[in-house]
Amino acid sequence: MAGSNALNPGDVLLELTDVHMSFGKVVALAGVNLKIRKGEIHSVIGPNGAGKTVMMNCINGLYHPQQGTISYKGQKINHLKPYQRAKLGLSRTFQKVEVFGGMTVLDNIRLGRHIHFKSGIASGSVWAGKTAKEEIEHRAFIEEEIIDLLEIESIRHKPVGMLPYGLQKRVELGRALALEPELLILDEPLAGLNLEEVEDMARFILDVNEEERWKVTCLLVEHDMGVVMDLSHQVFVLNFGYTIIDGTPEEVQNNPEVIKAYLGEEDLYATRR
Amino acid sequence: MQHEGNMHQTGVEITADLTIPKLFYQKATKYGNDRVAMREKEFGIWRPITWQDYLENVKYLALGLISLGLVEGDKVSMIGDNRPEGLWAEMATLCARGIGVWLFRDCLIDEVKYIIDHSDTKFLFGEGQEEVDKAISIINECPKLEKIIWDDPKGMRNYEEDYLISLKELQQLGRELDEEKPELFEEMVNKGSGEEVALLFYTSGTTALPKGALLSHHNMLTMGQHLMAVDPCKASDDYVSYLPFAWIGEQMMSISCGLQIGYTINFPEEPETAQENIREIGPHVMFAPPRMYEQMTRTVQVKYLDSTWIKRKLYEFSTYVGYKVANLKFDKKPVTWYWRALEWLASITIQKKLKDHLGLSRVRNAYTGGAAMGPDHFRFFHALGVNLKQIYGQTEVAGISVVHRSGDIKFDTVGHPIPGTEVKIGEGGEILTRSPSVFLGYYKNPEATEKTLIDGWLYSGDKGFIDDDGHLVVFDRTKDVFTLKDGKPFAPQYLETRLKFSPYIRDSWVIGDNKDYISAVLCIDYAVVGKWADEKKLNYTSYQELSQMPEIYDLVEKQIRQANKDLPDLAKVVKFTNLYKELDADDDELTRTRKLRRAFVEKRYDDIVNALYSDNDSVHIDTTIKYEDGREAHIKTDLQIRKVAD
Repeated sequence: MAGSNALNPGDVLLELTDVHMSFGKVVALAGVNLKIRKGEIHSVIGPNGAGKTVMMNCINGLYHPQQGTISYKGQKINHLKPYQRAKLGLSRTFQKVEVFGGMTVLDNIRLGRHIHFKSGIASGSVWAGKTAKEEIEHRAFIEEEIIDLLEIESIRHKPVGMLPYGLQKRVELGRALALEPELLILDEPLAGLNLEEVEDMARFILDVNEEERWKVTCLLVEHDMGVVMDLSHQVFVLNFGYTIIDGTPEEVQNNPEVIKAYLGEEDLYATRR
Repeated sequence: MQHEGNMHQTGVEITADLTIPKLFYQKATKYGNDRVAMREKEFGIWRPITWQDYLENVKYLALGLISLGLVEGDKVSMIGDNRPEGLWAEMATLCARGIGVWLFRDCLIDEVKYIIDHSDTKFLFGEGQEEVDKAISIINECPKLEKIIWDDPKGMRNYEEDYLISLKELQQLGRELDEEKPELFEEMVNKGSGEEVALLFYTSGTTALPKGALLSHHNMLTMGQHLMAVDPCKASDDYVSYLPFAWIGEQMMSISCGLQIGYTINFPEEPETAQENIREIGPHVMFAPPRMYEQMTRTVQVKYLDSTWIKRKLYEFSTYVGYKVANLKFDKKPVTWYWRALEWLASITIQKKLKDHLGLSRVRNAYTGGAAMGPDHFRFFHALGVNLKQIYGQTEVAGISVVHRSGDIKFDTVGHPIPGTEVKIGEGGEILTRSPSVFLGYYKNPEATEKTLIDGWLYSGDKGFIDDDGHLVVFDRTKDVFTLKDGKPFAPQYLETRLKFSPYIRDSWVIGDNKDYISAVLCIDYAVVGKWADEKKLNYTSYQELSQMPEIYDLVEKQIRQANKDLPDLAKVVKFTNLYKELDADDDELTRTRKLRRAFVEKRYDDIVNALYSDNDSVHIDTTIKYEDGREAHIKTDLQIRKVAD
């Protein structure tokens, strides 16, 4: 969903300034600064418990940081609720898939499209006029842009709960894309996938980021270093609430502190492949 | 034996001058926008393509090829899924007076390289990124290959090689040429005669490298006409094209028959949705290799096991009646009113629904060919009320030469020759065919041509005989026929197809030529056996592990005992093992049409063969398998060997 103040590639889309978040005495984020520029794939890595998911939850509004500002397109969004942020063009997937298992693939994706419906209750209750027209337009969008992209034609009418985990993740990505986001937060999109599914998912992320049709900025939380280093323009390393470095994949791989934080993982470029 | 039939059922007179492009142009200008030539499901909707659209697309592609420098007799290859663009590319090649070559979509890089190089391909139509990648990796080794044309833009944004061109750009070139020379297309189409080469078709070959069979326009057109003289098709019929175009059977239906009668060719959305799309269309005519029917049978068998008691009972009733009536018909005995009434009941309760689910509700004629089909599968479909017919044919005869006639079906034969076709049995029981559809020879392989084509007769290499009713019986490939211990010949594929009737067994390989007894190597069906294991609360993590569980061996043994029933003792499977992987065309174990490459597997698995004829109860495997993208995996396992209890 393109906002009124369209940005150019390279402009700062999302900015976190000195964000603090703690749960009781547990400090999850201790003054995080992050700038995400339009058009890039920005990855966040760090050991388990580093605060990556907390950071994502702060960005999309599930958590509200105690200190610091989060601004989107130059506008402070700290006070906004998740659905209000979604309206601004912020969309996400979850580490453990959060889909509606009893609903079909199509219905799950349609749900992500809900935000774009403009017709009112009156025409909606009789499914006539504006609603019918709108729904057909949205269905066309879902078919042409999402189902085709994610290659899920053969399962569109299947209940999501019946599908293997890898496909559920794909459906969740589809739902996030239905929103036509400008910034897509992907929280461990590759976790629990087999090799083939990892390759497919990595390709989808690249497609969404690079295809003229989409050009979505991606914020990626991921453990698969091979994929992170291959895909990302920028890598942000978080270590128990503190930032270690925010740089290009090469800079990150050569940073001694990063290597220390990942002690035991001698080769940062190690991957399942 | 020879049969004459009505040669003009299609309303097309095949003269010596008639070529596929001429016929295409006639039909397309006649039907124009009034009739739908093809349909493709895209973005969830069936989209029609009229004959006018078909013509325009082909026209600009053909002219585009000319502006790229195609000259008469140049080879143009095609690789990709079944889709309108594939057929347009083929038709455009023929219209531009080139020769069409089709490759199987799942061909490995080496196979692609061999065919592109051997055929002297100048232009290659690839569907999308995957095909383009394959082509790019071989282009340096195939100096004659000049341009690669793609039509699916997905993933193609970063490709900038000069030799790549999109289908749309090619058509644009064609449009420009058309403005310059508006008469050119028609002139090209009207040139040529039926004797010229239309297609160069590579046979799958169970033994050696693929051979390129040269097929003329006349071969292709007479094939369609003769088949439809036996089983007329209607212009209003629907046909679903989902099997590879690189298989001659698909060419026969889409080009040879489709063009003459003008029925609508439907393309599924994705290969994975084919079964669902077939159901939506409900085709009137269907031609598929046995594996498709085997898959359908398996689906029904598994669903039956899964369903409720009342449904199971109803199904049992309907199959009982179905088999009974089918057997009466096979025996050409009258079906009494009593059985007729029961048949009607079975039809409205179960059969109709089942046929609808399988997409067979409107099928007038369903054909199976390309490999042997077991009698059990065959009877299964007749018991459902599907008019399934065996055909016999090969690439070298542009499709088929022998087919069952309605009402005269025997499940162990392939029927009578189609009109214009003579079939006789030569020395050593070899099946020989002579007809206007017999091919011109192998490309760049005169020795093979000399061996196969003698005085107009096609030497098939298949062993068979003609039975008392004049039906042709195909025994097996001559070189595959076993000699049993008592000296009698035995066709291994007969036993293999019997074994495959079990839903749990996906592939089977029977060994026993000049041995003391027969043994089998089996591949379980991962999905079906896996489900069975889930229900029995057995834990497994891989195909390999599942295949070696003792419970699975028990299950498979039960299936073998079923297949052994009624067989003479020497023809029974005595020992078997479950293979640790499925047989795969990528490993050269099967041909692209899924026929077993016996000589190859015997060599590859000689440890297993030896163990089956020793006293060992297991065999150690230490091997490396290669994935399509070049990665390798190491496999170390022990395969159990089990003796089938009496």
